[in-house]
Amino acid sequence: MGVPAFLFYFCAALAVISALGMVLNVRNTVASAMSLVVTMVALAAIYVLLEAHLVAVIQIIVYAGAIVVLFLFVVMLLNLRTDEFPPGRQRLLKAAAGLLGLVLLLQVGRAVAGHLPPVQELPPGYGSYRQLGIALYTDYVLLVEMASLLLLAAIVGALILAKRKID
Amino acid sequence: MVPLEHVIGLSALLFTIGVIGVATRRNLIVMLMSIELMLNAVNLAFIGFNRASPARLDGQVFVLMVITVAAAEVAVGLGIVISMFRNRASVDIEDASLLRW
Repeated sequence: MGVPAFLFYFCAALAVISALGMVLNVRNTVASAMSLVVTMVALAAIYVLLEAHLVAVIQIIVYAGAIVVLFLFVVMLLNLRTDEFPPGRQRLLKAAAGLLGLVLLLQVGRAVAGHLPPVQELPPGYGSYRQLGIALYTDYVLLVEMASLLLLAAIVGALILAKRKID
Repeated sequence: MVPLEHVIGLSALLFTIGVIGVATRRNLIVMLMSIELMLNAVNLAFIGFNRASPARLDGQVFVLMVITVAAAEVAVGLGIVISMFRNRASVDIEDASLLRW
């Protein structure tokens, strides 16, 4: 097993373990957010191994940098206590949800198994900033403009929602 | 490169963990985090498939768009969480049952 393969499986295990830690940690929301950071960083490393360098950088900046900081801000702003959520009220429902997740996993595995495309050789310059920039500003320029509009709408919406009194 | 099956398998596993998180947790903030986890799993599938057929960069462009949408979604979602906390002094999803049948 080469170094890239070892790094992939290491990061995959890290991502799965920290994701489980995020979902299963019922006591501390801040710890959940920190587990989410670990998952994001491990996934960024996997993106690098899959030759998506710019996406990996943006993953770190936007997800681990901005989104999780936003989560942490809100968790600390609301100052949630650990005894806020009394456990064990709907144990049957939770078992059903876990079973549903397992069925979903098996269905996804059944759907993709044997139908995956073969991995082709990399063309030169794949995933470089230059190529991605050219794709974004020629074929997908409308998508970029729509994304900017979406972000503007989200800023206004978040401000209105979080404001104490609208005047 | 590692086999594409393993990349997609990891993606499916992370997506499943996200679904279980949304289905089982009652803390609204952790539910939002689980949604983020699902979006990340989808991103991983996009990147893996794009690496398998790398003639065009469509998958990576779509990942950038998904990240944009995720950022917008978190901003609005956390705004809703704050306004719910202000009105009900709780982020428990069970307390937001006004519209439930």
